[in-house]
Amino acid sequence: MSATVLNHVRKGFYLDSVALMRLSRTIANMDGIEEAALMMGTPANMRIMADAGLLEISAHKTEGGDLVIGIRARSANAAHAALAEANTMLDRPANPGRDQQAWRPRTISAARQSMPEANLALISVPGDFAAAEARKALRDSLNVMIFSDNVTLEDEIALKREARDFGLLVMGPDCGTAIINGQPLAFANKVPRGDIGIVGASGTGIQEVSCLIARGGGGISQAIGVGGRDLSEEVGGITTLMALDALDQDPNTGQIILISKPPARSVASRITERIAASSKAHTVCFIGAENVELPDNATLTVTLTEAAETALGGVRIGEGFGYLAPDGPLPPGRRQVRGLFSGGTLCAEAQAIFRSRGQPVSSNAPIPSASHLGKVNKAHTMIDLGVDEFTRGRPHPMIDPTVRDMALAEALEDPSTGVILLDVVIGYGAHSDPAGHLAGVVGTNRPADGPAVVASVTGTDDDPQIRSRQIATLETAGILVAPSNATAALLALAHIQTPAR
Amino acid sequence: MEKIESANQEALRRMLAGDPVLVDVIPASEAIPDLREHMILHAGPPIEWASMCGPMRGAVAGIAVFEGWAPDLDVAADMAAAGEFEFHPNHRFDSVGPMTGMTTMNQPVMVVENRTFDNRAFCTMNEGLGKVMRFGGNDAEVLDRLRWLRDSLGPSMGRALRALDGIPLKGLVGRGLAMGDEMHQRNVGCSGLILRAVAPALAETSSETGALVDALSFIGGNDQFFLNIAMAMGKAITDPVIGIEGSSVVTAMSRNGTDFGIRVSGTGDTWFVAPVEMPDGLYFPGFTEADANPDMGDSTIVETVGLGGFAMGAAPAVAGFVGVGAASEAANFTRTMSQITVGENPEWTIPAMDYMGVPTGIDIRLVVETGLAPTINTGIAHKDPGVGQVGAGVVRAPMACFEQALVAFAETMGVS
Amino acid sequence: MPENKQQLNTLLNSPLHVINVGLEEFAQNLKDRGVSVVHVDWSPPAGGNPKLAALLAKLSE
Repeated sequence: MSATVLNHVRKGFYLDSVALMRLSRTIANMDGIEEAALMMGTPANMRIMADAGLLEISAHKTEGGDLVIGIRARSANAAHAALAEANTMLDRPANPGRDQQAWRPRTISAARQSMPEANLALISVPGDFAAAEARKALRDSLNVMIFSDNVTLEDEIALKREARDFGLLVMGPDCGTAIINGQPLAFANKVPRGDIGIVGASGTGIQEVSCLIARGGGGISQAIGVGGRDLSEEVGGITTLMALDALDQDPNTGQIILISKPPARSVASRITERIAASSKAHTVCFIGAENVELPDNATLTVTLTEAAETALGGVRIGEGFGYLAPDGPLPPGRRQVRGLFSGGTLCAEAQAIFRSRGQPVSSNAPIPSASHLGKVNKAHTMIDLGVDEFTRGRPHPMIDPTVRDMALAEALEDPSTGVILLDVVIGYGAHSDPAGHLAGVVGTNRPADGPAVVASVTGTDDDPQIRSRQIATLETAGILVAPSNATAALLALAHIQTPAR
Repeated sequence: MEKIESANQEALRRMLAGDPVLVDVIPASEAIPDLREHMILHAGPPIEWASMCGPMRGAVAGIAVFEGWAPDLDVAADMAAAGEFEFHPNHRFDSVGPMTGMTTMNQPVMVVENRTFDNRAFCTMNEGLGKVMRFGGNDAEVLDRLRWLRDSLGPSMGRALRALDGIPLKGLVGRGLAMGDEMHQRNVGCSGLILRAVAPALAETSSETGALVDALSFIGGNDQFFLNIAMAMGKAITDPVIGIEGSSVVTAMSRNGTDFGIRVSGTGDTWFVAPVEMPDGLYFPGFTEADANPDMGDSTIVETVGLGGFAMGAAPAVAGFVGVGAASEAANFTRTMSQITVGENPEWTIPAMDYMGVPTGIDIRLVVETGLAPTINTGIAHKDPGVGQVGAGVVRAPMACFEQALVAFAETMGVS
Repeated sequence: MPENKQQLNTLLNSPLHVINVGLEEFAQNLKDRGVSVVHVDWSPPAGGNPKLAALLAKLSE
């Protein structure tokens, strides 16, 4: 029986990617529906829908401001019922509890007029539009946090140079996390206020360190995200330097942690110069980098966990956790570690730990000492599922855990997989129950005598998902939970280094 | 672009500086020397007989008979089909007209003079409700009324206005806003103010009690009498804004029952047209959307100067009438329109919105960027000629007009 | 145009007032925690038409 594909276009009807994802899931789960998607009609999205067998109309008929519904069903009746339901849901007010009569500004400038005291624009529109919106915000005297990824390097450089001239901060692009004046922005965790300031070229890096500090009894003054490319040669560390300036002058910040993948050499020297000019203590973590010349007021750490421990003045994360001793050896033939990460920096940290112990690692986002996927067959693999190619037109894996499902199921079924290594990131903006979702996927797909599954939970007990409950859910599903991403990587390593049966 | 920003500020300045005064009522041929026999001015952008909707054809036939160019309606229609009449937009000759908007040599037109810039704009007088030419009515009753306007009310009003040296309109409109008018669908306050302003002069300059009684009854009995004055006022305010190099401000919006047209300051007289949209509204008992004529009339000139749908926050009573929902939502329309305009009018303020000035100076760049098309409070005519108004609603100017205008405007700025 | 170079320090030591453009969830999270935030009802400029959006960008610089 051939499937029915039905399309409907709502012209000039815009919804954000999260809202669309939720609607798509609901429709896809209806009776008789094989697949369904609601996406904005950009060329890239139309290609995705066509590839998924959801597009019967010509992609040229739609524009980026149009909402396209695609439904593939086992019968025409089911398809039409699903389409009717989709339209009903689109026409229903988003939040019946909220004041529907409230006027909403359509532009940053209109919003600015209604809120003259605004000091930050948080931009999470699709990447193609983010730079233009950021520019408008800067010209309206707003600091900017660009959550969006898929912003071009040229645009990033132009925006940051313009912002620097205005004395404004551009956090991002691809800045998933910031904590300003104790308030978590976008993806971030509820951590206590304190005197430790963070400057991070990565969201999950900031999340990991801030949560470890919280668990160790410390607090965060500010956490400024600078975006993954800020410390590249081309961008030159513009935002990082401004952030270091600001925290150096901030009376509420006593010490500063800088987190990044290893920066370009010219940029690194500018950074160290700036650090040296400060009277405050700095902890520097360039994930995995071991030979970095730093001034006297700075300490180098190789992992995020060590960075947190240093800032806390020597508190040990996971005191008493037996990460050096796995329960037992792995079944024969299972020698490969498969890391599947939603956080790019957490993926990099795991790679760095494996490389520092001489283990071969390949990745789609390799650190300098690791190789690109596919090059070395027997290597352990560490996949960053949040990279631009995976997130074009789709929500980030931290919002939509299903992005990881297929790779996870495949890794569970592969007879050569010894350990699966996962990050579970909770907090504001993240999925409401990532542990529950993972437990389900693992429970369904893990064979008897299968691989060990090791995870860590980045978050705190004050987060909506409650870290201790997430840990309990994972452990009930037979997943081993380490106290941090670094210790999880070490636990996975220990499994591999224990002689096989 | 700096050039555009300063050009738009100049456009806004000119609009706000206008001093419109209702000064006279005179025959159209006197007001518009280019008007001649067989020439018919209509509402909206250019249109030919073949494309005209039912009410407009009915009005054309009727006015041809009124002017004596045809012995009856059927001959008039044949003559029109044979190309024997010359059709032009009102806008081309400094005038505006509601709905079908017929303007011809022997009809009386009101004259509004913008004393700041010495320009004049014209509009016929409002015939009242129901079976009238602006809805395509063309029978003996309609034509008789037009004759009465030509021979009695027109001259009476002219004498009275000249005796007063005109009635200034800006302040009057400001008072009307505070009374709940928005000058498109709701003019009852301003119509009353006009009557109060002109009645003593009408009495003083009247030579015949019967005519005076008729005049006062006619004006006093027509809640929408001020609409046509507001329209001429709008045109008088916007005409000085035409042709400012680099300005993206709209100088006219208008419909002919088939097409919606806009003009933009920086692109001069060019019309940017697209098919009219259907209003979203409420119908009088016995009528439905199936009875509706497409959007028509030059009355959107009032939205062009910040009134009508743009001033809906001043007229919560209109919200229910045009079917947008709760009266409390009226203010949201005004706030929304302020996202597509250059500034506010400090002399036309809305008390209930903390004296916010009406959003003024529609910027086509903002319209295209936000996807917010100007919101218009409009009457809905029956699609059959001469039946009259069957409802009222909110209609939006078609986005296509603004998109076309943006491309043409960009070219004048050397951008493509 | 911004007037002075102290904007950044102003951000770090004064109350946060956010304009949110994009995912509505971010605004809702801030609102739930009592942070002052305005959510922009955003949609792609010019309805997503790339040619018009490019023109607009040049005309609105």
